[in-house]
Amino acid sequence: MKSVPPGALTAALIIAGKDLRSELRRRTALVSAVVFAALILVIFNFARDPTSLRAEQLAPSAFWITCAFAAVTALSRAFAVELEHGALDGLLLAPVPREALFLGKFLGNLTFVLLVEGVTLPLFVLFFNVSLKGALPGIVLVALLATVGFVAVGTVFSALTARVRFNELMLPVLLLPFMLPPLAGAAQVTAALLNGRPLVESVGWLRLLLVYDITFVTLSLLVFPALFDE
Amino acid sequence: MSSLPSSTNSDTRAAAGRALSTGRVLTVIGLLAVAAALVRAIAFTGVEAVQGPAQKIMYVHVPSAWCAFLAFGLVGICSGLYLWLGDRRLDTFSEASAEVGVVLTGLVLVTGPIWGKPIWGTWWQWEPRLTSTLFLFFLFVGYLTLRRAMFDPAERARYSAVVGILGAMLVPFIHLSVYMFRTIHPRPVVLNPEGPTMPGSFVATLLFSLAAFTLLYLGLVTTRYGLGRLRELREARDVAAA
Repeated sequence: MKSVPPGALTAALIIAGKDLRSELRRRTALVSAVVFAALILVIFNFARDPTSLRAEQLAPSAFWITCAFAAVTALSRAFAVELEHGALDGLLLAPVPREALFLGKFLGNLTFVLLVEGVTLPLFVLFFNVSLKGALPGIVLVALLATVGFVAVGTVFSALTARVRFNELMLPVLLLPFMLPPLAGAAQVTAALLNGRPLVESVGWLRLLLVYDITFVTLSLLVFPALFDE
Repeated sequence: MSSLPSSTNSDTRAAAGRALSTGRVLTVIGLLAVAAALVRAIAFTGVEAVQGPAQKIMYVHVPSAWCAFLAFGLVGICSGLYLWLGDRRLDTFSEASAEVGVVLTGLVLVTGPIWGKPIWGTWWQWEPRLTSTLFLFFLFVGYLTLRRAMFDPAERARYSAVVGILGAMLVPFIHLSVYMFRTIHPRPVVLNPEGPTMPGSFVATLLFSLAAFTLLYLGLVTTRYGLGRLRELREARDVAAA
């Protein structure tokens, strides 16, 4: 069988597909990320003074901090799994541009993190007694906008820290500063939406998140190949 | 690195030595200038009517903040240039600048609350400039930690250049999001953003101090750069010997 090197975009989709397939087959990562998220949500509820702070007031922050932590744990594995059995060398030897490798890993991570967020959302509704009526489309939009940017940077840092000592500590130290703008925006917009305010009011935040996404996806795509310049 | 001809090696050593001695001279001049600026600020510049002596901390705070942002801006620029040109000296300079920048940011973050407590009535305010400075500190402590955790010089240079570029790009976003965070949720702030206009002698002292701190920054960064070059030479020799 003659093998033709796939185009960059096809290659990216193949890599993303491979990652998601192996995650879904093993399910350990997805299950543990969801259980982890559920546990943080529960702990959040008890890490407050119930007489002065209602659960609803804490809800947007609890949701987004939970998502951030779950994303960090998911991202820390993204390249670590490739180190097993020298899989990364195989990927690097494949005749695909490094940009395609980034795009594939990025899409795989993005889908995974969005999946975890999607599963966390019902748990959040359940535990924090919030009503999503009318707010859901806005929350989905802001979740998408907030997640794209930090997953792009997270993909670069995941590749970068995979082979560094103390990587499980290094990734959050490097990545958490990058989560401030998306998380601040997402929590603010979520809070406004849950209070019944229209999405139009939050257009400033949405614009900031969009610019953040464009900047960091582009920049990550540009700097990622430098990590494997051997 | 053993393939390097020995003449290149001795050239590098001579250049590093020159950087080191230039840096030391600049550092001494910078320290003397900072001392002179402090004497001028304390003894020969008037006491501000509203804030009293606490205002004098500005002559340390503002120049070190300015130099810290300069230091990190240069890390970002040199990181980008490193990925483009691949010149190891750019990487060594980035490391030197990040180290001096972390010290200066530490100075900003210590002097800020000391001034803030009597004037704002609180040690800390989630104000855009404060928060950006704090995150600069975190980012570049992370940057330096990453460097310490890596051994291969080429890999370390590329990895930290990536972090340097992304970090430099993050700062405006943090500034903007904290700004929006506060405009949406206004809190009573003691700070008046306009402030009283400064008399000319205050401005002169501030500019003097700014020049002194910039000189000190240049001195420290050149010294650290020279040391970095010498360390690289030793690493190369160790690799060659191994």
